[in-house]
Amino acid sequence: MATFKFELVSPERILFSGDVISVIVPSVEGELTVLAGHAPLVATLKAGIVFIQTTDSNGKEFFVNGGLVEVNAAATTILAEQGRFIEDVDVAVLDQEILTAETKLAGSHDEEEQKRLREALIQLEEFKHVFQQRKAA
Amino acid sequence: MPSLKDLRNRIASVKATQKITKAMQMVAAAKLRRAQAAAEAARPYAERMETVLASLASGVTGSSAPRLIGGTGSDKVHLLVVCTAERGLCGAFNSSIARLAREKALALRAEGKTVKFICVGKKGYDILRRQFEKDILELIDLREFKQIGYVNAEVVAQNILTRFAAGEFDVATLFFSKFKSVISQIPTAQRIIPAEIPEGTKTTDAVYDYEPDENEILETLLPRNLTVQVLRGLLENAASEQGARMSAMDSATRNAGEMIKKQTQLYNRSRQAMITKELIEIISGAEAL
Repeated sequence: MATFKFELVSPERILFSGDVISVIVPSVEGELTVLAGHAPLVATLKAGIVFIQTTDSNGKEFFVNGGLVEVNAAATTILAEQGRFIEDVDVAVLDQEILTAETKLAGSHDEEEQKRLREALIQLEEFKHVFQQRKAA
Repeated sequence: MPSLKDLRNRIASVKATQKITKAMQMVAAAKLRRAQAAAEAARPYAERMETVLASLASGVTGSSAPRLIGGTGSDKVHLLVVCTAERGLCGAFNSSIARLAREKALALRAEGKTVKFICVGKKGYDILRRQFEKDILELIDLREFKQIGYVNAEVVAQNILTRFAAGEFDVATLFFSKFKSVISQIPTAQRIIPAEIPEGTKTTDAVYDYEPDENEILETLLPRNLTVQVLRGLLENAASEQGARMSAMDSATRNAGEMIKKQTQLYNRSRQAMITKELIEIISGAEAL
């Protein structure tokens, strides 16, 4: 199958770099799948799971929180504000994230920013819910 | 002429100092490796961020551009964010950053502009306080954090953004030391507000789809870009600090070694002189009989 170059970068390190078949990205306007030859795109991300298909039968999952994805002819890049391997994520981590988001919201005075932070918080809580269901299943 | 005992004490104390500087050098070397890896790992993100930002920013121009790119339209009040280390004993590291900031501040003042400071790291604060006590808005202390992370940078960036939103300044410049190699760290000034869009970055001709629209992306991206720039500065700084300390402690150890050698020579010489003197006294006493 046709592959393309993909990189998942967080501020602290490169989480993934290599050729992939497809990437599923949690954009703010809904999940989207990127295949080889996708039209150039820039989209912002919400809290969620990035699913990477490396071979026909192999996949990898990462947790990202905020950031953006850039798709162009040369490569696809996710700049995640926070990124982790899915194995490193559990409910305690998410709770911690939610707590940080809440304190940030409480400390903010700018209306625009409050709106943004509130959205981020809701996204996180939503994701926590989904995550717990996934665990249970 | 110092007595033999004095010399012995002196040698012992220099040896003790040498042990300390040697230990500090080795600790710095170990920390440097970690700091350098962190600084290098952070580079790709910052670079990609810049290219994305450049291609986005080329789309929006003129008065419609957000203030973080377009500026406030004046440049009367400058904010200098000076990042230094929390600890000393690292050669000229802290003073060279502070000197760069001070020169810039004086140049701006000479042009009739107002200068304000935010200090990240206590050492820079200590140096700048002597001259600019009243202009230092805040000292951000990162001493308790062993490893600088995104969270730390976010605190600093948030602080800057709040002040910018409140209209406290027009232009912000970040001062830090770029890590080139163990023996060479370059004090650097980087303008962060309005964001410096690197000239000549090749923007791809492809027309991007934006989701949501360009302005909204820019709006979320710009504050984040500020955080990333600050993070990069802090990480480069951390690596530079360890590098500077390592080479400073290396030369201190070498100096101590030289001093020990000289003192030991002096010690042996006066010991021999004493023995000779005593021999002469015995012999001449025997001859007199």
